[in-house]
Parts: sequence; C-alpha cells; structure tokens
Amino acid sequence: MSDKEVMIVTGSRKGIGRVLAETYAKRGYIVEGCSRGEAGWEAENYTHHQVDVADERQVKAMITDVARRHGRIDIVLNNAAIASMNHILLTPAASANRMLEVNVTGTMLFCRDAAKVMMRRRYGRIVNFTTIVAPIALAGEALYAASKAAVVTFTRILAFELGQWGITCNSFGATPIMTDMIRGVPQEKIDAVVNNLAIKRLGTPEDCCNVCDFFINRASDNITGQVVYLGGIS
Amino acid sequence: MIDRAVALNVVQTCLRDTIEQLGSSGPNDIEEDTVIVGQGAVLDSVGVVSLIVDIEQRLEMDHAVTVTLASDKAMSQRSSPFRTVGVLADHICSTIAESEAA
Repeated sequence: MSDKEVMIVTGSRKGIGRVLAETYAKRGYIVEGCSRGEAGWEAENYTHHQVDVADERQVKAMITDVARRHGRIDIVLNNAAIASMNHILLTPAASANRMLEVNVTGTMLFCRDAAKVMMRRRYGRIVNFTTIVAPIALAGEALYAASKAAVVTFTRILAFELGQWGITCNSFGATPIMTDMIRGVPQEKIDAVVNNLAIKRLGTPEDCCNVCDFFINRASDNITGQVVYLGGIS
Repeated sequence: MIDRAVALNVVQTCLRDTIEQLGSSGPNDIEEDTVIVGQGAVLDSVGVVSLIVDIEQRLEMDHAVTVTLASDKAMSQRSSPFRTVGVLADHICSTIAESEAA
C-alpha cells in the first residue's frame, strides 16, 4: 500500500482541475486525474485516465485500477462538469440530459465507487464542486445551476450516509474563474456577477485550493455536509 | 468465473469480518442458512451495506472479478438475493455469469 495520500481529481485536463492536480502532485500527493481526452500535460506523482465521468463502467474501471495500484483512496475532488449558457426556451433536452449526466451522475459515480475503497480504511475526504450561479439564480444558467444545486443536496445527504465510515463530504462553490467554461460568456454578464459579490473580483484556482485544503485536512474530520461559496455568497 | 464454493467462502469470510467490525454478537457458526436480511438477521441495514461492499471489493482484489451485486434487477426481486448466506452465494455466481455472457 502506498504511504502517500492518494487523491482523485476529475476533469483534470484543463482549468481548475488541472491546477488542483498539479498543485497537489507537487505537494507530494499521488494524484490520479481523468478527462475524456488525453491530459496533454505531465507531472511527477500524476497519472491520467481517459474516462467519461458519466460512464459507470469506465469510472468503476478507473477506481479499481487506482485501488489495485495504491491500495487506498483518501481524497476525491469532483471537479468535472459541463455548462451551457442558454436561455431555457432554447435549451434542447439532449443538452439538459448530458449536463445532468456529467454533473450529477458523474459526481455520484465517483463518490460511490471511491467511498467503497475509503470504507476499508475508515477514512476519506470528498469535495464536490458546485457554483455560485445556483444560489444567485443567474438567468441563462438554469440547467447548469439546477445540476449544481443537486450536487449540494446530494453531498449533504451523502455526508450522513458515509459519516459512519469516517468519510467527510462537502461542497465548494467558486465565483467565476477565467477558464474555458466561461470564456464564451459576455464580459458584461461576468462583470454584473462580480459586482454583486462581497469581494468584487474573479475567483482564482488558488481560491479553490485554499477551500479544498481546509476540507481535506485530517483535522477536518468533524466538517461534513457543508457548502462553502466564495465571494460572500450564501 | 468463480465456482460456488469460492463464492460461499467469500460470503462467510466477509460476514464474519463485518460482524466483528460492527462489534455485534454474531452466531458461532456461519452456515448456508444464516439469515442476513429479514427476521432473525445477523446484521442491521448498515451492516448489509458494509457486507455487500466488502464482498464486491474482495471479489475484485482477490479474484479479479468486477461485479455489482446491488443492481436494479437484484433490488427489485420479490425475494431478496441477500437473505441468507447460501442465497447470496448463488446470487454472486449468477450475477457474474450474467455479466460474462453480456
């Protein structure tokens, strides 16, 4: 069994997921990341898996592989998500279904299968990523916000279902961060969101690491079922 | 593919471990007719969850068999496929056979 903590980061090819994976690999964690395509980057302590997070078989195969190679899984950062900035009157059902599959089912699959490995050592830290667009009810993001609100509710209940095995489950909602996910959003829309925050700036990947550090700390064993939003949103 | 004797041994070993982990008093001997779910069961509902996960993990690690025992089909059966040690061993064998045939 590995003597280093083993972390899974979903959606680690780019954006926040990549920064998280690189940061924690640099700090000495064994990081196992995934995305549908190849990573396109390498780092010591980092292994990439080509996985569609909404595909049950692929997720199971990845978790089995990680458990076989390291004998443990300590942390899951469920970051993978897709968004579609679209008025609800112009949103096709296929787009809605895919968003729910990736954002909700994908999160559930990694929680479920990683928790089965975590249970053996009676220890685990799960952080599921949500967004401030749910609590601020941002027009044009109805399906994305709904899927992320589902992640928060799912995580709160998961905390109660897994707590007896020493597994904590929390959600984290970032403010807009300049990644590919929001690159297509009009600047005035982003400015309007930022201007309504208590701290009027875009989020950064470092903000995300800061919150994750708190949730995954071994001392945070009594912090579970919580959601933390950046920028003063609650 | 694993034979029934192996499946039975996995169930018995995992059930013994689960009872020990939960710190509950279990039967002296774990037989084929030891009840897991229902009246006279040796585990509560959380214990059953632990047992099923433990069996899936052990099949994966020790026998390289990946199987989901709590499938939609299994959970909708009128008679639980987890009700006794022997029935669960049968369920393991049939689930593995079905997934290999698929």
